[in-house]
This record gives sequence, C-alpha cells and structure tokens, in this order.
Amino acid sequence: MTLGSRIKKARETAEKTQEDIAAHFAISREAISLWENDTTRPKSDRLSALARFLNVSLDWLLEGGGASPVGAGIKAWSPEDIPCERVTFGAESPLLLDRGEELAGFTIAYQTYGTLNKDRSNAVLVCHALTGDQFVAGTNPVTGKPGWWDIMIGPGKIVDTNRFFVICPNVLGGCMGSTGPRTINAATGKPWGLDFPVITIADMVRAQARVVDHLGIEKLFMVIGGSMGGMQVLEWASRYPEKVFCAVPVATAAQHSAQNIAFYEVGRQSIMADPEWCQGKYLEEGRRPQRGLSVARMAAHITYLSEVALQHKFGRRLQDRDAVTFGFDADFQVESYLRHQGSTFVDRFDANAYLYITRAMDYFDMAARHEGVLAEAFRDTPVRFCIISFTSDWHYPTAESRRIVQALNAVAANVSFAEIDSDKGHDAFLLDEPEFHKVLGGFINGAAKHRGLAVS
Amino acid sequence: MMREHNRMLTRVDLQLVAGMIDPGSRVLDVGSGDGTLLDHLVNEKKVDGRGLEISTAGVNACVSAGLSVIQGNADTDLAAYPDQAFDYVILSQTLQTMHAPREALTQLLRIGRRAIVSFPNFGHWRVRLNLLVRGRMPYNETLPHEWYDTPNIHLCTIRDFIVLCDELGITIERSIALDAAGNQRRIRTGLFMANLLGEQAVFLLRRH
Repeated sequence: MTLGSRIKKARETAEKTQEDIAAHFAISREAISLWENDTTRPKSDRLSALARFLNVSLDWLLEGGGASPVGAGIKAWSPEDIPCERVTFGAESPLLLDRGEELAGFTIAYQTYGTLNKDRSNAVLVCHALTGDQFVAGTNPVTGKPGWWDIMIGPGKIVDTNRFFVICPNVLGGCMGSTGPRTINAATGKPWGLDFPVITIADMVRAQARVVDHLGIEKLFMVIGGSMGGMQVLEWASRYPEKVFCAVPVATAAQHSAQNIAFYEVGRQSIMADPEWCQGKYLEEGRRPQRGLSVARMAAHITYLSEVALQHKFGRRLQDRDAVTFGFDADFQVESYLRHQGSTFVDRFDANAYLYITRAMDYFDMAARHEGVLAEAFRDTPVRFCIISFTSDWHYPTAESRRIVQALNAVAANVSFAEIDSDKGHDAFLLDEPEFHKVLGGFINGAAKHRGLAVS
Repeated sequence: MMREHNRMLTRVDLQLVAGMIDPGSRVLDVGSGDGTLLDHLVNEKKVDGRGLEISTAGVNACVSAGLSVIQGNADTDLAAYPDQAFDYVILSQTLQTMHAPREALTQLLRIGRRAIVSFPNFGHWRVRLNLLVRGRMPYNETLPHEWYDTPNIHLCTIRDFIVLCDELGITIERSIALDAAGNQRRIRTGLFMANLLGEQAVFLLRRH
C-alpha cells in the first residue's frame, strides 16, 4: 500500500470525507485528493496531525507497519489478546493491597528468556519502567520494534540469556496483559476503569513474587530494573531479602520527589481534561483520550532527556521549512519530535493505566514505612547491591541514588555505586552506554562467582 | 572479567598493608583507586571487602572487576558507616589528600576495629635537604607533583603523625617506614632515623 492509499483507507474507516480533512487543515479539498493519489505528499509535520485526526498511528500511516492499523485502538487491542505467557491467581488466593483491601483474582502477563538451570539458581527478574512492558528482549510483538532493553538482554549480551533465565512481568495495573484498569472486571463484565483499586509499587512487587513462586524459584539470582523498575528492585530487596541474591536499581530513587509528582500530575490532568476520557469510562463509550495521553507523554518525555541532549539533537532547527510560519504548526524539529513521541505512545498505552502507574510512583516512599529512616528498610540485608546513576539525569538525579547508598552504608550492606558520565539524561539507562554496560557486566560476573554460577 | 594479572602486588607498601590483614576479615578500603589492593585482598586473603573511591574512573574499574566499591568522598561519606562495622579500615596513600585528616582518623577508628594508614613521609632527608639547599618544594617519585597541582594538601612527617595519634588517644600497634630501596625500618625503635630515611610509612592503629 502507498501512503496515499493508507490515507484514503484511514479516512474511510474514520468515516470522514476529503472535505473534513481539508476543513481541519484549512486547505483545499483538491490537496487531499492529490495526497490520496500519491501525486503530492503531506508535509512531514502535517502527517502526525493527520494521523491524529484520522485516529491512526504515524508509524502505520508512514510505513503500514506497527501496532495499530486503522481503528485498532479501541477494540482490537485488548490486553487478553497480547501474545505472551500469563498466570492467573484465583479468588482463593487474593492479593492484599497496601490500601487495605484484597484483589480477588488477578492475572500477571510475563515473558521469559533462556533456560532455568537444574538448581533453579540462575533466574533474573527484570522490572520494567512506567511505559515499559514484559517484552524486554527480542522483538515486541505488539509494536514490531526491539524489546525495550534488547541492547542489554539476550544471548551473549550483558544479561546473557545463555547463562541466565530472565523473567519480565508486566506490572499489576499495566495494560499489556496483567490485570489493570483496561482488563475486564469479572464482577461486572466491564473494563475495570476507575473501579480498579489504586495500587502501589509494593503491590506490584507482591504480585511479581507470586509469579516467581509459581515458577518454582526460591531465590532469584538478580532483580534489576531502571526508573520505576528500580523502585521495584528496592522494594524486592527490602521486602524479600531472602529471595534476592543481588539487586541492581538503576537511575531511580527511594521516594518520588515533589518535582516528579508535579510532572506526573501534569500528565494526569492532561488525560482527565480530555473530553474523550469520559470520566475514565472511555472503553465502554468506544472513545479514546488520545490527545490527553499524548500530551502527558510529551511532558514526561522532556524529563527523560537532558537540556544538552535536546540542544544537541534539535537545537532551534526548523522542521522541513526555511522560516517560521507565524502559526502554531510544528515549526521546530523538537516540536515535531515530541508530537511524534506523543502520537506513537497512544497506540500502545492505556490512559487509565497511565494514571494508576504514575500514582503508584508518586506514593513510593520507602523511608516512610520505617519512621523516615531509609536504612531501616535494609537492616541486616544479605543482598549485594549495585546502584547506578547518570550524570545528566534530572528525573532521578545522582543525589537520589546517593541517598540509597548512604542508607545501605549505614547498615554496612554490600554495595557498589557508580555514577556514569552521560549527556543523554534519564533515558541513558535504555541506551548504548558502554561504560554503564561494562560496569554492570563486571558486577554481574562478580556476583555470579559468589553465587557459584559459571563466570562467562 | 576479573583481572588475573593484578593479583600480585608489586608495590611494597601495598604488600606491607596486605600483610597486616587477617584472612577472612571485613575490610573497607578508603580511596581504593583502581582496586589493586582490594582485588588482592578479596581474592588472595578472602576478605569481605568494600571500597570507597572519589574518581569515576577508579570506581568503574573496581565495579567492572566485580569489587564492591562506591563512588564517594572520604571527607564527607565516612560518617554514613556504622560503628565497628569492619575489622580493618585502610587509608592507603590518601590521608594527605583529605581536607580533614584529623577527623578522618577518628572516623576510621569508629568504623573499624583497626585502621591501617599509609602516607608519604615529609620528613625524609631528601625533602629536608631540598628545602634547605635548593629552597624548593619536593618533587620526586613519592611526591610526583608540582606544588601548584598536587592533590597532597595535608602532608606530614612520621613524627607529626605519631603526635596526632597521641593527641587522639590512638594506639599504634605496628609502624614501619619504607626507605627508597623498599627496605623496612621499625619506627618504634628508631624514630629519628626512620623519619629521616623513610620515604613512606605504614601504621596499624587501634583505639585505646
């Protein structure tokens, strides 16, 4: 299919006329006709606006690939259909949540890579970040893109799946198959929506512990994760020290700062201000709060980068034009980039899940459970820790990691801590950072030796 | 990869430090550098070893070698460690770079049952002669920096250090000076000559 034919198909599925599009962009109907004949092409910044207007992803419009063919968003993508492993815990073994009630009956979707050894001692639990999922390595079957930590995890990689058995669960409250606001509430037969209980990082970890038990693993060799994944790692080490040999929290914090709560509040308000959100009942109403979720993603995405990275990548460069247009199109490349980030995000993420998961992060405060003394969360811990931060990360700055290190020192824990020099901001933990990978690889080998696992 | 080639200590002062440590003990190496000493202690003496190092390059080298080392500043970060958490706390060739060496010594013996401290001796005859005859700050193998770019901001002589230990009520269990050829001299029995001929000194300390 050509770009023109995809525009036409998307337009027809969205039940719009050429006139509708023309009116939306204040251009002539003929221009739309020329696009559909492949005589001309929409300008690139207009393409993302067109994708949004027609309810399709930009990736699909441009390449025909990716997750969301026309109209897929609402019906076709249901968490129950995601191809992965899953385990369901029945009402007879409910999950006691931090808020004091029980979640009776829940499913956790997960992926595994590699093989569990005979001693069951080579298991690695990977915890994903806010917008991550269980597809940590290989190809993500939903987006068609590489797994979010494919650079790190796989055969012969830093976390070598020839040596380790890697488990990556989708968090409780997520939208990739685990029970959350997007899944069906058995009691009502409708999507949970805002009836889903507000959960915490500890609740996510309790659910993961059930999965680990289900797999017959008594002690994990390692629990590793970045950002919100790092919070889960800290929670694992604190809550189940006997089940964790070593813990690697990367680019994270033991509590959400006021600044982080503030940014995520902007995101939530943006979603809830979208009329398509329908007080959280958009699934039942057959609608999608795409604009709200897209803006939430755009705001959050800025915090994942650094000023240097933004300046280096975009500067004040203009998007496919020689001069500013004295309008509100995406004149600047950075605007176009953010809009693209926003519009592709809505195809793979659920707005209510975004509300719940960001809330869980805001509520995260490990010291609070121990009368404000973080060290008490790790008293007498046998776990070996490796804490890693990045110099240009202002989302979870090094000072946050240092607080964790000091708390661990205060209980004489076995801890390594390295700050990696990078200008890529918070996102550095996902990217090709050779020094980070070298340090982590060394730590894993050292720990594996102490655990009696073969060193590569 | 563990660095096999680093296991053998070539530096005499490090051999001396390592020789003071009982196998299997808990050790904190403050200013662990690239991890040469710590790697030796962990792998040859089977100690439960930790390190604190200020330079990113040093820390990354240590952690990459599988050592438990954290990036931090000894002047500020020692306070976070609990009392008597280690059998030995090592401060090897680092004391003279610290902003507050007196406080550091107190911290070392709060955190550890014993401390091992090594430093370059500013009382060495060449330093004295250099100042006396040439009127210049020392510049040699042990003190390989010009006065304007040296990290050594609190140099002392062996005698100065003994006086400080006395003031702080610290007991010196062993004290050895190393001369230019790497020969050992007992400080206790010959302080004057040790302070004149020792290029470096290694002290094993404990609280009264």
